[in-house]
Amino acid sequence: MTGDWLDIGWVDEIPVRGSRTVQVAGGDDIAVFRTAEGKVFALRDRCPHKHGRLSQGIVHGGAVACPLHNWRISLSTGEALGEDKGCTPTVPVKIDAGRVLICRASTLKAAA
Amino acid sequence: MKHHPLKPEGDTRDHLVVIGNGMAGCRAVEELLARDPARYRVTIFGAEPRVNYNRIMLSPVLAGEKSFDDIVINDADWYAANGIALVAGDPVAAIDRAARTVTTRGGTTESYDRLLIATGSDPFIIPVPGKDLPGVIAFRDMDDVDTMLAAADAGGDAVVIGGGLLGLEAAHGLSLRGMKVTVIHLMPTLMERQLDEAAGWLLKQALEARGQTILTGADTAEIIGNGKVEGVKLKDGTLIPASLVVMAVGIRPSVALARDAGLAVGRGIQVDDHMVTSDPHVLAVGECVEHDGQVYGLVAPLWDMCRSLADGLVEQPTGYRGSVTSTKLKVSGIDVFSAGDFSGGDGCEDIVLRDASRGVYKRVIVKDDRIVGAVLYGDTADGSWYFDLLKKQEDVSDLRDLLIFGQSFASGGGAADPKAAVAALSDDAEICGCNGVTKGQVVSCIAKGAHSLDALRGTCKASASCGSCTGLVENLLALTLGDDVQSGPKTMCKCTSFGHDDVRREIVAQAMRSIPEVMQKLHWTTPDGCSSCRPALNYYLLCALPGDYVDDQQSRFVNERMHANIQKDGTYSVVPRMWGGLTNPRELRAIADVVEKFNAPMVKVTGGQRLDIFGIKKEDLPAVWADLNAAGMVSGHAYGKSLRTVKTCVGSEWCRFGTQDSTGLGVKIERMSWGSWMPHKFKIAVSGCPRNCAEATIKDFGIVCVDSGYELHVGGNGGIHVRATDLLCKVATEQEAMDYCAAFIQLYREEARYLERTAPWIERVGVDYVKARIADDPAGREALRARFLYAQSFSQDDPWAQRAEGAEREHHAPMARFTPQEEWA
Repeated sequence: MTGDWLDIGWVDEIPVRGSRTVQVAGGDDIAVFRTAEGKVFALRDRCPHKHGRLSQGIVHGGAVACPLHNWRISLSTGEALGEDKGCTPTVPVKIDAGRVLICRASTLKAAA
Repeated sequence: MKHHPLKPEGDTRDHLVVIGNGMAGCRAVEELLARDPARYRVTIFGAEPRVNYNRIMLSPVLAGEKSFDDIVINDADWYAANGIALVAGDPVAAIDRAARTVTTRGGTTESYDRLLIATGSDPFIIPVPGKDLPGVIAFRDMDDVDTMLAAADAGGDAVVIGGGLLGLEAAHGLSLRGMKVTVIHLMPTLMERQLDEAAGWLLKQALEARGQTILTGADTAEIIGNGKVEGVKLKDGTLIPASLVVMAVGIRPSVALARDAGLAVGRGIQVDDHMVTSDPHVLAVGECVEHDGQVYGLVAPLWDMCRSLADGLVEQPTGYRGSVTSTKLKVSGIDVFSAGDFSGGDGCEDIVLRDASRGVYKRVIVKDDRIVGAVLYGDTADGSWYFDLLKKQEDVSDLRDLLIFGQSFASGGGAADPKAAVAALSDDAEICGCNGVTKGQVVSCIAKGAHSLDALRGTCKASASCGSCTGLVENLLALTLGDDVQSGPKTMCKCTSFGHDDVRREIVAQAMRSIPEVMQKLHWTTPDGCSSCRPALNYYLLCALPGDYVDDQQSRFVNERMHANIQKDGTYSVVPRMWGGLTNPRELRAIADVVEKFNAPMVKVTGGQRLDIFGIKKEDLPAVWADLNAAGMVSGHAYGKSLRTVKTCVGSEWCRFGTQDSTGLGVKIERMSWGSWMPHKFKIAVSGCPRNCAEATIKDFGIVCVDSGYELHVGGNGGIHVRATDLLCKVATEQEAMDYCAAFIQLYREEARYLERTAPWIERVGVDYVKARIADDPAGREALRARFLYAQSFSQDDPWAQRAEGAEREHHAPMARFTPQEEWA
């Protein structure tokens, strides 16, 4: 894990329409999602509402439904959708030869 | 095969040497000749002993639809007529940039002024044992096609590894040539990079209907065979016989020559906008290059690249800006198209059209009034139109309502207002094709008082079957009644126009087997549903197909996926089952040990007569379960839409008032009904006398023992709206009490809506209906009971034991851990 990007594993390790987490020592987890179309997104694993673990929600389309109160959070922007207002920090992701890389600086910021 | 015109005396033109006689190399030369035919002397080196042919047409050659001659782009005359020297069948083995020469494997050395690398890509061979056995091939060039054709002549079984574009085309060709073909695909849906889940599912259905076996989610372990390939073994142990294995899992840019020559190489050979590499004398084009971080494996970007390259070579640089790609599957009779970005995301709107009877799925993704992606299945006629709008970034807001119907509707002079379009229809125009209902009939039904969609579906049947005409019917209602339209039936969610009961009825009537199938056949308006409909569909399918349906974990609420209750701090609580509320020292010790070992901050006695351990971390759950399992305990399903507890009092064994063995009966009922998935949570209690200490009259199913037998109560609830049970009937024996209980649970499972407790369900259907089905109909009751017990034969595996043994460990373990301090040290 060096450079500006953190290599967190293979894309295939994240279930389709599901999520995995990355533990950050001394901070909040990062939730890494994979949509039905195979796009990968990373967010702080906390709902802007009551800090529910977004990684445990149901992924549909480009959003995840928080398991605590069913807020829908956009995976690409972290913004709450619909009538709800709030935003959770996002972490840029890139895929290289099947590996998932997340931006180190954003990870530290999001986890802090 | 060599055409080596001697360098004419006095030819002082710069020498352009092209490595690669494929589509990119030759197209680049064509583009150059079109601009300035006299500027360069050209030599092309090709690895294959052939003239330039259209590689993407190899699939039709394999399928027998074309011959090799049909797919030749430039024949020998073209090389001669343009004074191009072709060295075919002797590949370039090395580049010497200092000397500006290339040397072939055969030892020929040629100097260059400008060098163009167009080496394309290499098939990716998965590194499994047996990959080098004779009979294991890629699908990349004409030699591979010849090998496949020879194998097909001998007949037998073929396995294609990879369910992408190339793999499916290979499978199609081999299948047409008479081989029995199995496609092994690692991902859950076919062509997942080009198609969404819904289209991938349709494609799988169509290919299976043509006799291919499609295994998705299948991981190859090894290729077996003695001296030649004999079969493929999957990681799950499945063995598939095969005399031919085609690896079509992907391609990698062919960069070895460039890397050995010291050029800058990332995923591909790095080029600028003019296709110039890190050495200004060396250019590269096609699948072997990386431009702006992108590599391409499709043909369209290559044309754009070649234009920019040629512009640069004649010193009128324009610059390549990357390509948006589209894909079409070349399998005759199956129309699939995709373009752009169909991953959705923020600000994106999906417009979805599904026509189940025609097998059509169309999805256009719009963002900021512009098309950003499209996926079409079954009807791809408008693919090029959508792709054109996408590439031109045209504002489609004026076309929005009719966009999905295609170009002829949206821009062909048809009325832009859908309501006006309906108004313009004649009275005998057919509105509902399934039920043959005309506009006149719908309007007359409305006139007779059917003022809602539901009422129309109930009377003239318009839109009552496949639902695809729902929009038309709604427009007719609005047109006829204005503001008097009554809102339609409550739909399952915003993804569908159908209600829960309609969806359930159709799942059974049409024998549907998966969530994508339901979404397709019932015209879901979203590609993969939402957090409301997915769990409901998962349950309905599970209930309809016991033992057969594969539970979709990603359509489960977190608690059911994790087999524990999530708490507000993200930890979980764990409740082991205590049969009928009974426990013993061994269980209590095991619970006490777990509490200490995992530092659980709280243990609480629940209202359901068992113990709840709080504050367990997600990662620790499997270990907690293993410890509890070791003491003989299983999941209490305190988290599920399922049987929770059977609460009991001590009954005749101890209590001076007890009339029957309520504790023993409670244990038996819990043993019978645990593990069953239901529309909502389900609680049972057995009281040993009418004092009712187990509070049986506020449970979903309650038994109150009396001297002469057992009173059976149903539909109670102790929650927000307290509801006392209705008396179902009284029975004489313990066995009858259990049989009626099983039948009642099954009736509830089959007929209540997802997330509907028994109390509102019974208020909706009436207790008399339940009595008629359970108490007054012995044959029906017995059939319900038998169906329940059959379903139970598949559901009584302890989910904790499976997880403790490592099943679905990805739900529990983090993917990675990251310690910033260490990193900075």
